[in-house]
Amino acid sequence: MPEVIKFTIDGKECQAEAGQTIYEAAVANGVYIPVLCHFEGLKPVGSCRICSVRVNGRWMASCTQPVTPGLVIENDVPEVEEYRKAIIEMLFVEGNHFCPACEKSGNCELQALAYRYQIMVPQFPYLFPKKEIEAFPKFLLEHNRCVQCQRCLRAVQTKDGKKIFALKNRSGRVRINVDKKLAARLTEEEAQKAMEVCPVGAILKKEVGFRLPIGKRKFDHRPIGSEIEEKK
Amino acid sequence: MDYKKVLPKYRKDRTRLIEILKEIQSAEGFISDKAVQAVADNLGLSRAEVEGVISFYHFLSDRPLGKYVVHLNNSITAEMAGRERVARTLEQETDCRFGQTSADGLVTLLETSCIGMNDQEPAALINGVVFTGLTPEKVKKIVAWMRQGKLVQDMVEETGDGANSHELVRAMFRNNIRKTGPVVFGDYSTGQALTRALSLTPEAVIDEVKKANLLGRGGAGFPTGLKWEFCRKEKGEQHFVICNADEGEPGTFKDRVILTERPQMVFEGMAIAGYAVGARLGLLYLRHEYTYLRRYLEHVLQKMREQGWLGQNIAGRGFAFDIEIKMGAGAYICGEESALIESAEGKRGEPRDRPPFPVQKGYLNLPSTVNNVETLATATQILARGAGWFRSMGTQVSAGTKVLSVSGDCDRPGIYEVEYGLAVRELLDMVGAKDTLAVQVGGPSGNCISEAGFGRKICFSDLATGGSIIIFNKSRDLLAVVRNFLEFFIEESCGWCVPCRAGNVLLKKKFEKIASGRGTAQDLKEIEAWGKIIKSMSRCGLGQTSPNPVLTTLANFNDLYQSLINKEADFIPEFDLNRAVAEACALTGRKFQEEHDHA
Repeated sequence: MPEVIKFTIDGKECQAEAGQTIYEAAVANGVYIPVLCHFEGLKPVGSCRICSVRVNGRWMASCTQPVTPGLVIENDVPEVEEYRKAIIEMLFVEGNHFCPACEKSGNCELQALAYRYQIMVPQFPYLFPKKEIEAFPKFLLEHNRCVQCQRCLRAVQTKDGKKIFALKNRSGRVRINVDKKLAARLTEEEAQKAMEVCPVGAILKKEVGFRLPIGKRKFDHRPIGSEIEEKK
Repeated sequence: MDYKKVLPKYRKDRTRLIEILKEIQSAEGFISDKAVQAVADNLGLSRAEVEGVISFYHFLSDRPLGKYVVHLNNSITAEMAGRERVARTLEQETDCRFGQTSADGLVTLLETSCIGMNDQEPAALINGVVFTGLTPEKVKKIVAWMRQGKLVQDMVEETGDGANSHELVRAMFRNNIRKTGPVVFGDYSTGQALTRALSLTPEAVIDEVKKANLLGRGGAGFPTGLKWEFCRKEKGEQHFVICNADEGEPGTFKDRVILTERPQMVFEGMAIAGYAVGARLGLLYLRHEYTYLRRYLEHVLQKMREQGWLGQNIAGRGFAFDIEIKMGAGAYICGEESALIESAEGKRGEPRDRPPFPVQKGYLNLPSTVNNVETLATATQILARGAGWFRSMGTQVSAGTKVLSVSGDCDRPGIYEVEYGLAVRELLDMVGAKDTLAVQVGGPSGNCISEAGFGRKICFSDLATGGSIIIFNKSRDLLAVVRNFLEFFIEESCGWCVPCRAGNVLLKKKFEKIASGRGTAQDLKEIEAWGKIIKSMSRCGLGQTSPNPVLTTLANFNDLYQSLINKEADFIPEFDLNRAVAEACALTGRKFQEEHDHA
C-alpha cells in the first residue's frame, strides 16, 4: 500500500502519494499551479520558477519539491500570483515576442499564461536583445522566442544519450546550442517531438506552419490550466 | 597537439572533462573545433555538450588568444585602487582593447571577477601568474617585457612572505596576516588531531564537532557536525569529503592565505571528516585563480603521505584516506556546493535542485560532505584541543573565531582572525579605518551597513559573513559600489532560472534610472519590489542574495536614494527622448535643441 500524505493548498485538504512533487500532487487534487518549463514525463529542472509556491513562508518550486506530510501551501494568493506574473513579464521583456506573427500563437504556453494572468503591458522595460534564427535540415530555431525551459534538451537526445540540444554560455547570454551533426540525423518524428515539447515558437518544424485555423488552436476557447481545474 | 596521444591517459573519464580542456588550452592556447570534436568523440559526448562546458567558464576559450593573456580584476577595491588608469595604460601600451587580442597576436585583454587579492589591488592574472599592486608604470614595464618575449614567471622580481616565497609558489604578493587567533593561526602540530580522532569512534568525532557547535565558515553557517552525521548515515558504495576552496565572493581571500600557510591543517581536517563520514577519498576543489598554489599543495600532500598522515594506513591505525585536487575554471557560482559538485564532475557549474542534498546524493550521486577550507581547518583544531576549549571563545551561538579578509579604505588591510561577537566599530579601529561611510559585510551578497550599524556584531545571529569585509570611506561614491556589485551578479549568474538571469539585468536598469536622477518615488518602490521578487523566486543562493546591494543600501542609506529622485514628478518614462535625440544629433552632426514640453 502506498503511503498517503496529507497536506493543504490554500486551506483545501489534499492527499498525495509518497514520491510525488507538489505540482503532481496538486494536479491530482484538481488544483492548478502554472508551469512553463515543466513537461509531463520529463525530469523537472525548475528553471522558469513560475510554479513557485510558498510553504510555511518559504518559496519553493513546486515542480521539483517533493510533497511531505503536513505541508501548508499557499498557491492562489495575491502575492504568489503577483510574483508569478512578474516572471512571465520578465520572459516577455527578455526575449522578442511578437505574437501576431508567430506560428505558435494560440498554441503557445507563454502567450496563454500571459492571457491567464491578464498581462497588458509588462511592468519591466523591454531589453530588446539581439538574437538570431538558425536553420537546420528539419527545423528552425528562433532564439528570439526561446525561454530556455530546457524541454528540448530533455526530450530529444540520441539513443546513446548524447545531447543534441545543450546550453551554451551563461548569465543573460545563455542559449540553446544545437549539435549540427546530430541535428542533421534527426528523424521526422524526433523533429516533430522537439517542436511539440517547445512551449513557445522557438523550435519550428520546416515546411509546416499555421496548420490549425483560429478557433481550433489549443488555447482559443479556454485559459491554460482549465483542464486541471475542471477535474475538481 | 596529437589528441590521440593525450586523451587515453584520461581513460574516457567524463568527470575529467574540464581537466582535459585545460590541458589542451595550455598546450594550444585555446580549444579549437578540432579539439572539441576529438574530446567529444573520446568521451562519447555531443559537440554541443563540450561547447556548453567551455562557454560556461571564464578561463576556457574556444577562440585563439594572444601569447600573453591578461585577466584584469574588476572588483570594487580594484576600482578604488586605480584600476581605470591601469586598464587604459594596458590598452595604450598593447594597442588593444579589452575583450580583444592585439593585431600582432601578442596580448589578449580580458576582465575577470575578484581573484582573491582584494588587499593588494589592482591585480591581474597574466597567463595564470598573479600580479598585484599594478600601476601604469608597472604595466609599461610588463608590456615591454612581453615584447621581449620574457616568460611570465620571470617577471616576478620579488616574492612575498611565508610560503609565497616557496620555490613551488614564487608569488609576488603578501599574506598580510595582521592578527592571528588561537584557532586557524594558533599553535598547531600536524597529526595530533588526526591521531586523537582515530582513537575515537567516528560517531564520537562527530559528537565532538557537534559539541563545539562548529558552524560552516563559508557563509551559510550550517552545523558541520550535523552535516557529517547526515552524510555518515546515508548508504552508498562510497562517501566523499569535498573541500570547497572556491572562494569567489568579492573581497574574500582568507582561504588563499589559509591554504598558503596552513594547508596541513586543512588536509588533516579533510582526513578527520573522511574518518567521521566513512570516506576514503577527499577532493580539494581549488578555484582556477589559485592555480599557482597547486604544485605547492601537491607537494604538501606528498609530504603528508610520506609522514603517514594520508594514505593506506594512517597513523598506523588502518584508516585509509587520500586527497586529490580538482581545479575549477572560473565561475563564482561554483562556490555553491551543488554547483561545485557538478563542476567537479566536469560539467557546467549549474546548481542542482534540492532535495536530494549533497550529503544524500553528491559527487557521482554518492553521499558527500562539502565543507569550506576554514571549516575544515577549524575542525582539526577542535579535535586537537577539544570542544570545551573552542566554546570558550566567541559567543553562545557563534563559537570560536572567524578569519576575516579586510580590504578597502583602511590603513591595514589583510587577514584578521577574531573571536565571534566583535563589533564592527572595534574591527574598524583594529584595521585603522577612518571616516568610514559604509562597511560591506559578507561581500556583495551580504549587507552594506552605515554608521548606525557599526555597533552590530560579527556573528551568525547578527552580521553573518563568509569573511569578506570591504570598507568605504566618506570620499567614496556608494552608487559606484552598488553598480559594481550588480554587474558582478549579472555576469556570474549561471543563467538557468528566469528571475536571476533576467531579473538582475532589470534591477540594474532600474538602478541606473534612479542613479541618473530620472527616478521617482514610484521607482524606489518598484526597485525594492523587484529585488524581493528575485530573492524569493530564484533557484539558488546567488539569485536569493543578488539584490542585496540594492536592498541593503536602500535600507541603510535611504537618504542617498531620496536625494536622487525627482520629488515633483509622478512618473518619468524609462526612455529619455532628449538624450536619444542628442545622441542622434551628435551622430549626424546636427545641432541639438532640447525639447521641454512632452507632457
